[in-house]
Amino acid sequence: MPEIREHPNRLGIRGWLGGGRWGPDRYLYSLHRLTGLGLLTYFVLHILLTSSRALGQGAWEQSMARVSGPIFLVGEYLVFVAFAFHAINGVRLALAELGFGVGKPIEPIYPYKTVVDVQRPWIATVLVLTGILILVGALDFFVWH
Amino acid sequence: MIRDHKLWTWHIAAGLLILCLLGLHMAIMHLDALLGIFNPAGGHPIDWQNVAARSQSLFFLVSYVLLLGAALFHGFYGLRNILFELDPAAPMKKSISWVLILIGLGLFIVGGWAAWTSFQGAIVA
Amino acid sequence: MSENKLPETIIFRIRRLAPRRADKPTWGEYPVAYSPGMTVLDGLWQIKERVDSTLAWRASCRMGVCGSCGMFINGRSRLGCNTQIAELGTSVVTVAPLPNFPIIRDLVPDLRPMFDHHTALSPFIIRKDTAEMQEPTGEFFQSADEMERYLQFSYCIKCGCCVAACPTCATDSTYSGPMALTQAHRYNSDTRDDGFETRKEVLTGGAGPWRCHFAGECSRVCPKGVDPGKAIQLMKRQLVADYLGLRRKDPVAQINVKPEGIKRREGIPEAPEPSVEP
Repeated sequence: MPEIREHPNRLGIRGWLGGGRWGPDRYLYSLHRLTGLGLLTYFVLHILLTSSRALGQGAWEQSMARVSGPIFLVGEYLVFVAFAFHAINGVRLALAELGFGVGKPIEPIYPYKTVVDVQRPWIATVLVLTGILILVGALDFFVWH
Repeated sequence: MIRDHKLWTWHIAAGLLILCLLGLHMAIMHLDALLGIFNPAGGHPIDWQNVAARSQSLFFLVSYVLLLGAALFHGFYGLRNILFELDPAAPMKKSISWVLILIGLGLFIVGGWAAWTSFQGAIVA
Repeated sequence: MSENKLPETIIFRIRRLAPRRADKPTWGEYPVAYSPGMTVLDGLWQIKERVDSTLAWRASCRMGVCGSCGMFINGRSRLGCNTQIAELGTSVVTVAPLPNFPIIRDLVPDLRPMFDHHTALSPFIIRKDTAEMQEPTGEFFQSADEMERYLQFSYCIKCGCCVAACPTCATDSTYSGPMALTQAHRYNSDTRDDGFETRKEVLTGGAGPWRCHFAGECSRVCPKGVDPGKAIQLMKRQLVADYLGLRRKDPVAQINVKPEGIKRREGIPEAPEPSVEP
């Protein structure tokens, strides 16, 4: 084999955001990743902040006062939204990645029915349930308080 | 190092546990106007009376510590996956794993200490 | 069938790169005389014959069975021979080399990383009865149901479109990729094979299916309907079941031996004597 000089061609992180035209599964993958990172960041800060309850009422109320502005309220709502999506989509992923709802091996006859087609109703369910939770959460955060 | 297939299985199991426990936590904190559960003193879920009442309940001690452990494992395994997918060299992968384990353990100790101390009646500064 | 007729001359925008001469790819625009029924591959041949003979790409069968002409066409990894220009719905056809593989030249990707992962997963029948494998005495029995468990995954033509579409393969070089994992599952599901434990050594590590997050793009782009996404999720199920001690270990397929002492049923005639010397 003669020596060839090659040019690297990996998409890199851009490939996480879409290597071309997207299917719905791909959007959900990117969103699941983003919400996961967001939730983890919030979670680490949350542990440190709420640990102040061990130091009594004064320390607790001081911590809560620090995170009581409107920006924090909106931020917490976004965390709630992220959780709603990540949890419901996570259930779908847990089931699918354990082989439930992906279909059985079949003889491929064009136009091919793939796992993406089998998952479509489940994706719709995930989006509808997430939408309902987001609405109820918005009511609780911004209307009923 | 524990093999990936075992870690992944526990990651999924932890996720399903978090679904239940964090779902309950979200319901208490953010659906209180609708459901009003576990807020015995009324008012906001984060009022001291409600927080103290939950902190001193054995059910919440156990479920908070379980949630803490499961969520830290689930979150940091996910982060490890993302960092590993950025294709670091093998020695770097080992370092990443150890750093994440140490940070996770540290946060578990902090959170666990807080849960235990407030269960016993908080330290009044 | 597209209602809008394409003009007589369409444009191909092709990403060009000669690594010996340049470090950065450039885009070339080439006119192509369009006629209905043309594929992208037909367009490339026309450019090579009439416009620029230095254009390089891989192609062979031009009918979607060899897997050579995988390219990134109008934002999606496809086979050049399998893609009608009319189905793209535009008069500008953008062709780039398959993503996530190093480029040798122009539209030619280096598929060796994908094949290295493939080889590491032992994509062949592994059995313990080596004497029979070397000197076969008969066929292994396999029912139609057993064959259906892996048949779909055996249609893979190793074109690399799935690897190009996978978000994990966009960054991770240690992940085996959809093609290698699907072929590993094809052999793990084959009742004639006994190599699950051998492949498990690779599959339980970072090269296994654990970095797949079910984006589903591999199944969307596969030109043969192999559905690698489905294979990988089924493989995860099998590996987790094995970890938890729940995997059903069926005996491996045996030689099909005609049962002895069977009498022919009444009324069924014997076969006629052969008229040709064996």
